[in-house]
Amino acid sequence: MKINRLDARLSLAHFYVAFGSILFAGLLGLLQTLVRSELITLPSWINYYQILTGHGVVMALVFTTYFIFGFFYASVAKSTGEFTNKQRKAGWIGFWLLTGGLVLAALMIALNKATVLYTFYAPLQASPFFYIALALIIIGTYFGAFAVISRYRLWKKEHPGEKTPLLAYMAVATLVLWLIATIGVVAAVLFQFLPWAFGWTDTINVALTRTLFWYFGHPLVYFWLLPAYMAWYVMVPKIIGGKVFSDQLARFSFVLFILFSIPVGFHHQLLESGIGEGWKFFQVILTFAVILPSLMTAFALFSTFEIAGRQKGGKGLFGWFKKLPWGDVRFLAPFMGMLIFIPAGAGGIINASHQLNQIVHNTIWVTGHFHITVGGTVAVTFFGISYWIIPHLKGRILTKKMNKIGIYQTVLWAVGMGIMSSAMHISGLLGNPRRTQMTSYNGHEVASSWGAYEMAHAVGGTLLVISLVLFVIVLINLAFFAPKGNEEFPIAEELNPTQQTPNWLENWKLWIGIVFALIFIAYTLPIIDIINNSPPGSSGFKYW
Amino acid sequence: MLKHEKIWLTVSSVMIIGFMIATGIQTFAFGMGPPSETERVDPQKVDEHEVFSEPGVYEVGENKYEVVMTLEIFSFNPGDIEIPAGSEVTFKMTSKDVTHGFQIAGTNVNAMVMPGYIQTITQTFDEPGEYLILCNEYCGSGHQLMATTITVV
Ligand code: HEM
Ligand SMILES: [Cu+2]
Ligand SMILES: [Cu+2]
Repeated sequence: MKINRLDARLSLAHFYVAFGSILFAGLLGLLQTLVRSELITLPSWINYYQILTGHGVVMALVFTTYFIFGFFYASVAKSTGEFTNKQRKAGWIGFWLLTGGLVLAALMIALNKATVLYTFYAPLQASPFFYIALALIIIGTYFGAFAVISRYRLWKKEHPGEKTPLLAYMAVATLVLWLIATIGVVAAVLFQFLPWAFGWTDTINVALTRTLFWYFGHPLVYFWLLPAYMAWYVMVPKIIGGKVFSDQLARFSFVLFILFSIPVGFHHQLLESGIGEGWKFFQVILTFAVILPSLMTAFALFSTFEIAGRQKGGKGLFGWFKKLPWGDVRFLAPFMGMLIFIPAGAGGIINASHQLNQIVHNTIWVTGHFHITVGGTVAVTFFGISYWIIPHLKGRILTKKMNKIGIYQTVLWAVGMGIMSSAMHISGLLGNPRRTQMTSYNGHEVASSWGAYEMAHAVGGTLLVISLVLFVIVLINLAFFAPKGNEEFPIAEELNPTQQTPNWLENWKLWIGIVFALIFIAYTLPIIDIINNSPPGSSGFKYW
Repeated sequence: MLKHEKIWLTVSSVMIIGFMIATGIQTFAFGMGPPSETERVDPQKVDEHEVFSEPGVYEVGENKYEVVMTLEIFSFNPGDIEIPAGSEVTFKMTSKDVTHGFQIAGTNVNAMVMPGYIQTITQTFDEPGEYLILCNEYCGSGHQLMATTITVV
């Protein structure tokens, strides 16, 4: 099925903003490493924390969101057919709301009116327009979610009794997770931050804002990760000439992510007052439960690789490994992402463990952790997707030459991230804090042991920016200059197509019901306690 | 399900349950849970509070000290603390403005100090030396200057 031109245009608009954002925010990231390592000092008209706010907001909220929606529109249009006019219109409204939010947020950050970092912890108080910008971004995603979900429902109506396309199912599952997760941040922004920033209320309940933020903040990372899993489950097998290992297992793992990734936000608040130890422990238990679907995914993927490798004549215990298409960037990039996810996932388990968290919390170890998860695994998988999806949408092809540059780009990214993140992990263990402009602390002995690692961040950061420049050059080529043709949109078939996927997997009411029950158990009592026994609230501070 | 898949999922589940049990035992049996004080204060009136009106280092027992500390941009009060080696020190803290962090580099002392809440954390200092205390939560443009020391003699 060819993607309708109008749908391709909607998808491409999102991709273009995503690519521009990652390049821009990458430069900010490099600046951060240069300032922290004291290789440069910033001019007086700009403040380090402004740059850091920009980097965090643009990377975590803008790049990821635009990319994911671009990817979803293309995947859904491909697997379920073209959008209706109304759905497409909702997609465009979403795009312009997002873009309005992006422009407004960028303006506020540039004017130094919102130097509160991307977590905007109260009682630091940004201009109300910054919170409005965040609200616009989220409302924009609701229009996008409407377009995708209603297309999926239409497909079900058009094909009664049939199993829905796996790609569309996964996109919908990811959006269900997103819709439930954003309730927290929407509540905080609408009912707490906006009235307070406009001066309609004098004070804010700090513990509540943090709890609502992290109710959203943890599933946010699964909102980034699940689209990468889509590519791993459905696209990578096709690229290596294999099949989807098990349709049912894939769907079930997505359902488990919805269930266990939301009621776990306290693992970001382990060192905070105001939340009892028992509740923290309960959410740590649920956090561990979410490891299971990732391990299921790991099994399915490596089985797929083995089966495909053996079919190509790979012999012996590991002979199949050599048969994989290492020279194909469409495979190499997502594979790199999977590989990086092994240490990244292990690091996540460390962070969630009550006592170990005490050692790493708010040190640059944590920054190292999310640069290999979202900056490594997710970003590099997204690069891999971009290399075929852009030419597909533009009716061009991924040439040999571009493929080759893509391979250099991928390796450079992995090496750069490896250097920067390893140094972040190690110096974090030595006590090096994150989110700080200068780490010399008057030449204190402990602090001086971090200097060499700061230098390594700058080296890694430089490689990363070179990699990003290559990436954007290749994409410009693929979008506007590559030869015309038909680049494949890889969707693998099932290994056992007769296998019927049970109806219960498609029973969204059931899963949404269970997740709300879990959220209710994990959050109701602590939130009631935070509200009922709250100390007098805090007025706003602008300390920058 | 394939046989190998069953083995993999069994091993995974056992491992995960192991993590759960280990953190649970450490938290509840060994009292090693993270700092989770629930006592509240009025962040506007910290100076009038019965304890926080007089920040300082207090000897509360043999080799036992309590440091009553307020955090405010961009300093710790009291700063430049001195205590004898081998003492057990409980830090009792609150913030007078925004959320700060309290980390002693090279130790396991690490906690968030939020306005409106008291936070406590205890550490025994055996090794003499000058330890670096730093704020590890962004609190404004002078955040990187928010540091002091605790000297163990
Ligand atoms: C050119 C590549 C990159 C470089 C050089 C870079 C560098 C950095 C550095 C040095 C910090 C920490 C600064 C500090 O805590 O003082 C940071 C923070 C951060 N980075 Fe990156 N980064 C890059 C790419 C990415 C990517 C691809 C993502 C996610 C998609 C990302 C997301 C973040 C986030 C969310 C923060 C936290 C901001 C905060 O603490 O408020 N970065 N980055
Ligand atoms: Cu989390
Ligand atoms: Cu600070």
